[in-house]
Amino acid sequence: MRAVVSFLTGGLFGLGLLISGMTDTTKVQGWLDVFGDWDPTLAFVMGGAIIPMAIAWRFTIGRKPVLAAAFPAPPEPRIGRNLVIGSTLFGAGWGLAGLCPGPALASLSYGGTGGLVFLAAMLAGMMLTPGLRVRFDRAVPAT
Amino acid sequence: MQQDWIMGLIGGGLIGMAGAFFLLVNGRVMGASGIIGGLVDGSGRSDWQERAALIVGLVIVPAIAALAIGGSETNLTSNWMVIVAAGLLVGIGTRLANGCTSGHGVCGISRLSLRGIVSTAFYIGAGGLTMVLFKHVLGVI
Repeated sequence: MRAVVSFLTGGLFGLGLLISGMTDTTKVQGWLDVFGDWDPTLAFVMGGAIIPMAIAWRFTIGRKPVLAAAFPAPPEPRIGRNLVIGSTLFGAGWGLAGLCPGPALASLSYGGTGGLVFLAAMLAGMMLTPGLRVRFDRAVPAT
Repeated sequence: MQQDWIMGLIGGGLIGMAGAFFLLVNGRVMGASGIIGGLVDGSGRSDWQERAALIVGLVIVPAIAALAIGGSETNLTSNWMVIVAAGLLVGIGTRLANGCTSGHGVCGISRLSLRGIVSTAFYIGAGGLTMVLFKHVLGVI
């Protein structure tokens, strides 16, 4: 049953990405390109997504999920090196190609060979990360 | 185009409803990089069926929808070096940061998570700087 819910979630997520135009890399890059022909669409997508999500978070207070024991606890509010370095690297890649993990999958059927290569490189990067993380943590003790 | 922001708002609403549905029923955060990454590095082995099911939905449903509207286009660059570098950066960066646009951005900001807000500020800032450097200064993209 949880897998069915997951499938429906993925489907709705993908449909939203397609409709909003977020699988079009020029719209993402257009939003990041504040000195070019700026495209505000992404801000509307973010806003449109955050509103139902914020209501859902409010609704979780004092309740339990339908098919699980508990809601995810808030993460430790720790701003570590991994968060800052990771987000910066991610942003650089996001700007270069205009794709992030969700849209990379949602556009797989019409993204052509380039989309497949991007996905393969992204998966390779994800595979390398646990090793890198250990190295980063060892190099400088986390603050 | 003027209707782009309306489609953005509608599409964004669907994304948020997907995340809300996932949270309220399965009790999980809808973060694309975490769901994929857990399968790739083995950390999500215990619930692989749920992760795989979400990914199948995420690929199949837009595929069908795109066919129904007569195809869609990503307009991805044709520069292979850029594609590979970007893919590696996105893969490494999202896993190091433990989240991407959906996890830190949509799901994090909506619960006023400090980590989500800081992460989003950094990836948008880095994305903006990348556009300045690689588009306007170097002219690579």
